[in-house]
Amino acid sequence: MQLETFYYDNKTVKMFAYATMLWGIVGMLVGLLAAVQIYLPAANFGLPITTFGRIRPLHTNAVIFAFVGNGIFMGVYYSLQRLCKARMFNDTLSKIHFWGWQIIIVAAAVTLLAGYTTGKEYAELEWPIDIAITLVWIFFGINMFGTILKRRESHLYVAIWFYIATWVTVAMLHIVNSFEIPFSLFKSYSWYAGVQDALVQWWYGHNAVAFFLTTPYLGIMYYFLPKAANRPVYSYRLSIIHFWALIFIYIWAGPHHLLYTALPDWAQSLGVVFSIMLIAPSWGGMLNGLFTLRGAWDKVREDPILKFMVVAITCYGMATLEGPLLSLKSVNAISHFTDWTIAHVHVGALGWNGFLTFGILYWLIPRMFNTPLYSKRLATNHFWIGTIGIILYAVPMYWAGFEQAMMWKQFTEDGTLKFQFLETVTHIIPLYVVRSIGGLLYLIGALVMIYNLIKTIRSGSFVANEAAEAAPLPATFETHGKQYWHRWIEARPIQMLILSLVAVAIGGILELIPTFLIKSNIPTIASVKPYTPLELQGRDIYIREGCYTCHSQMVRPFRDEVARYGEYSKAGEFIYDHPFQWGSKRTGPDLARIGGKYPDSWHYNHMLEPQSMSPGSIMPSYPWLLDDAIDTAITPAKIRAMQTLGVPYPRGYDQMANKDLMQQANKIAKSLQAEKIETDSGKEIIALIAYLQRVGTDIKMMPQTGASNK
Amino acid sequence: MKFINYLEKITGVDVYALSSFSIFFTFFIVMCIWAYKADQKTMDAINQIPLNN
Repeated sequence: MQLETFYYDNKTVKMFAYATMLWGIVGMLVGLLAAVQIYLPAANFGLPITTFGRIRPLHTNAVIFAFVGNGIFMGVYYSLQRLCKARMFNDTLSKIHFWGWQIIIVAAAVTLLAGYTTGKEYAELEWPIDIAITLVWIFFGINMFGTILKRRESHLYVAIWFYIATWVTVAMLHIVNSFEIPFSLFKSYSWYAGVQDALVQWWYGHNAVAFFLTTPYLGIMYYFLPKAANRPVYSYRLSIIHFWALIFIYIWAGPHHLLYTALPDWAQSLGVVFSIMLIAPSWGGMLNGLFTLRGAWDKVREDPILKFMVVAITCYGMATLEGPLLSLKSVNAISHFTDWTIAHVHVGALGWNGFLTFGILYWLIPRMFNTPLYSKRLATNHFWIGTIGIILYAVPMYWAGFEQAMMWKQFTEDGTLKFQFLETVTHIIPLYVVRSIGGLLYLIGALVMIYNLIKTIRSGSFVANEAAEAAPLPATFETHGKQYWHRWIEARPIQMLILSLVAVAIGGILELIPTFLIKSNIPTIASVKPYTPLELQGRDIYIREGCYTCHSQMVRPFRDEVARYGEYSKAGEFIYDHPFQWGSKRTGPDLARIGGKYPDSWHYNHMLEPQSMSPGSIMPSYPWLLDDAIDTAITPAKIRAMQTLGVPYPRGYDQMANKDLMQQANKIAKSLQAEKIETDSGKEIIALIAYLQRVGTDIKMMPQTGASNK
Repeated sequence: MKFINYLEKITGVDVYALSSFSIFFTFFIVMCIWAYKADQKTMDAINQIPLNN
């Protein structure tokens, strides 16, 4: 058969590789800053844009979507072309995809620092950026499917399956979780409220881990590991089972982020069962990766690239065993809201995603620049610095998480709580310090890599278009032995796309719909009323400052939590919460019952200087809230948006809202005045105080909080 | 527009969990059988794809 000559596009791969390195360093630097801020409040610098509540979402978004995101595209653009024996479908689409993604990253960084956030973790970006992400993702999809359709290889290698599933699932998750009602150019409210919002968010959040941080990287592993080890994957059959089992099960596991919360019990149990089942495909994949190196362990001793990959795959295995264990209710009761979670995700992020990315960069750059790596020794040093960094990061966080949870739960012989919340925080500060040293080491390692790669790039010459030859796709698919009946899917990308979508959609639909449609799942509480306009404004300030990054609003039904915070949270309390603010980490105490706990003046002083109210506190101060005025011009639009979402404000209330707002604000200003605090009633601090004093108080208005369950 | 409470209640919510599990389980078994029966030569040929470029 006539061979065709064609050229692989290395330029786009190179650009994604550079972007991966750049955003990796930025994301890690921001993470380091956040790690230091936790034990050194002065590192918040007293500015809105450098305060932890805004830095933390920037860190998570930068690392997930900028560092790993570009890493995915780098790996996909390189491997897909070679697995399909075809150039990327369209160079212009590649360009649009690259630059579109970078513009989104910059826009994300600017808006997050400016305080524009939806308040939903890892989905913080506001609606215009959500739309841009959707568009760029579609361009990526067209480019990917175009390449697959014009391929010269009849079989679709398993890596491509992972790419297809990634694409379709991320599209579904992003769209479903991003339903929101815009009320201004850059701000919106989540379409869903309370329990439903929480379920959709963690269905999304968990699967962002599954389908953004895991499946594309597994596809990349299935390509680059055989390349680096120069031997095929241990078992191709196992990789097929790995693929289908993984995408089928992963989608269900989201509710394990909401154990012991107000989420209906059946949904929690469902999440647990599927999480445990996840061990099987995850470990199947890990073993498949490690067994690929059987008989080649001598190479691992020599080759830093394989070293990175082995640790990456091992970390994948550890994190995917730990995840299901954390989803057991008894373990979760201890781990949830503590630094244990932080340790868990960083084993995945630093070990699995980070190390696999580094390994691939070390493999890819020398090949594209047609030159050997500048220094193997530096790469090996990077490996060791990074590994020690991961250990110094993870071990103190496991320790801190376990220790803090134990302290939270201790009672004295008299039956009172043994430790104040603050004591449990100050106790683990040394561990926070060690964690930041681990993070610093990891960052230094990455900088060593960049130096090494720059040196490599300088000594080589870039092959922008790499020539290759292959026969065109035969009219009938190749067989290599007897016919087998699964072949119809093996070589059909569109059917693969549809089947993947069906697999993940079944999970999504069966899990979400009952919670949405059934009244008995969300028992209503008659005394729960919509927020007043001032409280609503205050709530938006709470979201803007990222308070949810350190404070939960979810008292679980445990003796210690009820003793510490008050009555446990009920599903019906959150029906007007667009978005929900349950949080996932308690760096500070839970705030679900903060309303009425302290006088207004306490909150005023506490926001100005937290240490004046609770000495030793690590909370940053928020002096600008005392100076900035509430944006009352937007109140009517906010009320109207809430009405659209079903919040029962009276008809025409949008025009009266500001009058009520001022009335309530004046009352609070007066109460502050009585405590010798002079402030204008139009300041943001007033709105925030109004909100904080309201949180969790509604059910106290009623002697009975019974459910209208029957 | 309002995603709040359309049905009064659901009888036997376990149907959702059971049906989801049986869908998954059936699919999983079928896939395992297929993987087991798949032709070794084809498997090997596909497995070599990354190394052939």
